[in-house]
Amino acid sequence: MLNVSEIQTIDHDVLVVGAGGAGLRAAIECSARKLSTGVVSKSLLGKAHTVMAEGGMAAAMGNVDQRDNWKVHFRDTMRGGKFLNDWRMAELHAKHAPARVHELEEWGAVFDRTKEGLISQRNFGGHRYPRLAHVGDRTGLELIRTLQDHGVHSGISFHMECTGLEILKDGDRVAGLLGYWRETGRFVIFRCKAVILATGGGGKAWPVTSNSWEYTGDGTAMAYNAGAELMDLEFTQFHPTGMVWPLSVRGILVTEGVRGDGGVLKNNKGERFMFNYISERFAPETAATVEEADRWLKGDKTARRPPELLTRDEVARAITAEVKAGRGSPHGGVFLDIASRLPADVIKKKLPSMYHQFIELAEVDITKEPMEVGPTLHYFMGGIKVDADSQMSSVPGLFGAGECTAGMHGANRLGGNSLSDLVVFGKLAGEGAANYIEKLGTPPKVPDAHVTSAVRAATDILNRESGANPYLLHEKLQETMAKGVGIVRVKEELEQAIAEIEAHKKEAETLKAPGASQYNPGWHEALAMRSLLVTSEAVARCALMREESRGAHTRLDHPGESKEWVNFNCVVTRGPDGAMRVEKRPRPPGPAGLVAIANAKIEDLESGAVGADAK
Amino acid sequence: MATTRTFRIWRGDARGGGFEQFEIQVDEGMVVLDVLHRIQAQQANDLALRWNCKAGKCGSCSMEINGKPKLACMTRMNSFAESETITVQPLKTFPVMKDLVTDVSWNYAQNKRIPKFQPRPRDPDGAYRMYQEDVDRVQEFRKCIECYLCQDVCHVLRDRHGREQNTFVGPRFLIRLASLEMHPLDTADRIPAVRDEFGSGMCNITKCCTEVCPEHIHITDNGIIPLKERVVDRFYDPIAMLMRKIFG
Repeated sequence: MLNVSEIQTIDHDVLVVGAGGAGLRAAIECSARKLSTGVVSKSLLGKAHTVMAEGGMAAAMGNVDQRDNWKVHFRDTMRGGKFLNDWRMAELHAKHAPARVHELEEWGAVFDRTKEGLISQRNFGGHRYPRLAHVGDRTGLELIRTLQDHGVHSGISFHMECTGLEILKDGDRVAGLLGYWRETGRFVIFRCKAVILATGGGGKAWPVTSNSWEYTGDGTAMAYNAGAELMDLEFTQFHPTGMVWPLSVRGILVTEGVRGDGGVLKNNKGERFMFNYISERFAPETAATVEEADRWLKGDKTARRPPELLTRDEVARAITAEVKAGRGSPHGGVFLDIASRLPADVIKKKLPSMYHQFIELAEVDITKEPMEVGPTLHYFMGGIKVDADSQMSSVPGLFGAGECTAGMHGANRLGGNSLSDLVVFGKLAGEGAANYIEKLGTPPKVPDAHVTSAVRAATDILNRESGANPYLLHEKLQETMAKGVGIVRVKEELEQAIAEIEAHKKEAETLKAPGASQYNPGWHEALAMRSLLVTSEAVARCALMREESRGAHTRLDHPGESKEWVNFNCVVTRGPDGAMRVEKRPRPPGPAGLVAIANAKIEDLESGAVGADAK
Repeated sequence: MATTRTFRIWRGDARGGGFEQFEIQVDEGMVVLDVLHRIQAQQANDLALRWNCKAGKCGSCSMEINGKPKLACMTRMNSFAESETITVQPLKTFPVMKDLVTDVSWNYAQNKRIPKFQPRPRDPDGAYRMYQEDVDRVQEFRKCIECYLCQDVCHVLRDRHGREQNTFVGPRFLIRLASLEMHPLDTADRIPAVRDEFGSGMCNITKCCTEVCPEHIHITDNGIIPLKERVVDRFYDPIAMLMRKIFG
């Protein structure tokens, strides 16, 4: 019989789950508010997924082009998100991002500089002006190391290689979290007044992904199991340029910075095919000819942007169409050429880790040859539904920040808007949790019964005599998602995928991990599968419900954006019977001032004819 | 072309262990980490190892491959002869937790000892100005992915004395100190601590650390030697010593 009093307990005011950019920034904020703050991370500190972000961090500082300001950034974000973004979040993000970049600099980050000695900014897809503060192509590393080195002096307790299993509640409110130490396999109860989830997405459900093993949707699933609402899960971003060869590196990211710095996409006939895929929405602001695109690259402010810098959803679809039409590269991608565009030494300086990655992993010298690239599952726009200002979910005391939340990016995220999202909303989540705790009456108590059942469910995997192999179940789920919930979707395939997921869920109840609980990856994999199945099911069910094509969600049987669907979100909850429910919920209309800015012609916004009074 | 290859992998924990042999199919383009994952999925579900990004950006999958400290994700199988047996074992400098996973917490403790970044005030317009040529060197050091291969190969740390006495922080943290010392905005003086607490004098510049750095940081030439020079200028420059005697 399990005795809960024998399980290790750790007390904090706030527990942050996840040690990427959002988690660290949230923890720093809580600690600055004099709260006892703990951070739980699955990996070692400094290894979280943020470290892989390459291109940069979007913030309208106007260092390179002074015409930039928060309103243009906001407009770009809404247009990139196909107007499904949470208005308030997109506004907060555009307004706060410059201050967060400056703050990182104050904490020791060393961004690349302009000739005047200011923070340099680079071009990226969907951003009208050069806007991404960056450090070569390793901006994520700079961000995480800066927050890490600042955080270790901020009185935060770091609990490394510890995985969260369940949110514990006292009545409706958050009371703590049950987790386990990966090293020993022992359980631990964190008793706290608020939990901030900053756990990223669930990309590991797809076989071709830029995501690491950590991306199993843990926070999203924990929030769902705790009764929180999820939203917009159908929007899964396929980054247009992942490596395609060799097979073992398929999916690893090739930064959009390659295109921002002048790289072009070509098919096997040598054509710059993106000129054939310019949608109506972006046509007025996109170059019509190669000649115009090249003038833009040289800094001609009268020229329009190259189509290679359209938003990620549009580029990914174009690449998929080229490959399908038989114009792909030998290994099923297209060519990304920077070699003929920039001198070798400039490529090595601006894109050092891309150079390194291709030489070491693919034996391709990108200063001499084009890269072969294709779409890779990269990012979850959807996740936990949170309030824009406080970042609190529908469960009191449960907060979220970064990729595990929904709303900020709508139907499609712009490159560079993720790193800024992490620090803008990480800070707000920290403030939200601190404000919540301030008003909290009696501290919550952790219920023993929940701990007992959760521990038993986890240890059953080790204790049963025999059962299914967790690695093989993971592979099966990946096949299901690739086949039925890929870059283009259709009703019958989605229904088939949901049926398969139901079967996988049954099998997940019989998983067996051989060996002891001490640092046992088979057991960790089995536990992660439970989360991954929740997020995968939510993606598939939302994708089936949304009968239109918008942003990253493309339905072959419902082409084009529908006027009706822009007014709805798909909201996911766990029903009392344990079954997943999806609801088509009306969105509140945007404030008139913001709606006018988002819909303005760029000329009117810049002349002040629209939005002049918006502060 | 798929081939069958032989892997010898150290399995065990703090109490001891030994090498276990695996025969495994290897496909074209694979790196050592791919093979370890395949072994884990097919033959040894509980084989413990760390990894994250699989692209040489996070520094998690550090281990010793045929005796050399390496990142498993960046070690291609075609860098070995086809008949070669591949031996994989955990980092030798740090205590084993299980299989290929070691306890690297000592490094995190060292990082915490280093006094934090202390910037000068902003310019009157609220900006910080730094020029690219002044930050190139600092950026080189900040490429560090904390894989601790340099710490693993450093003989001062390998003989345990430096670690157990906390007298030497090792190459990774000397370059972190260098990145702070050379940061154009930083105002703190860490030079006395570089000598007295962090042990710059214990490095005798054999450059083993530089050789294993997967980020190709010139740890010794660009980081440690300039730090040593700053220590020498401060404490052992005869003219400066004389000046200090006269003027206090």
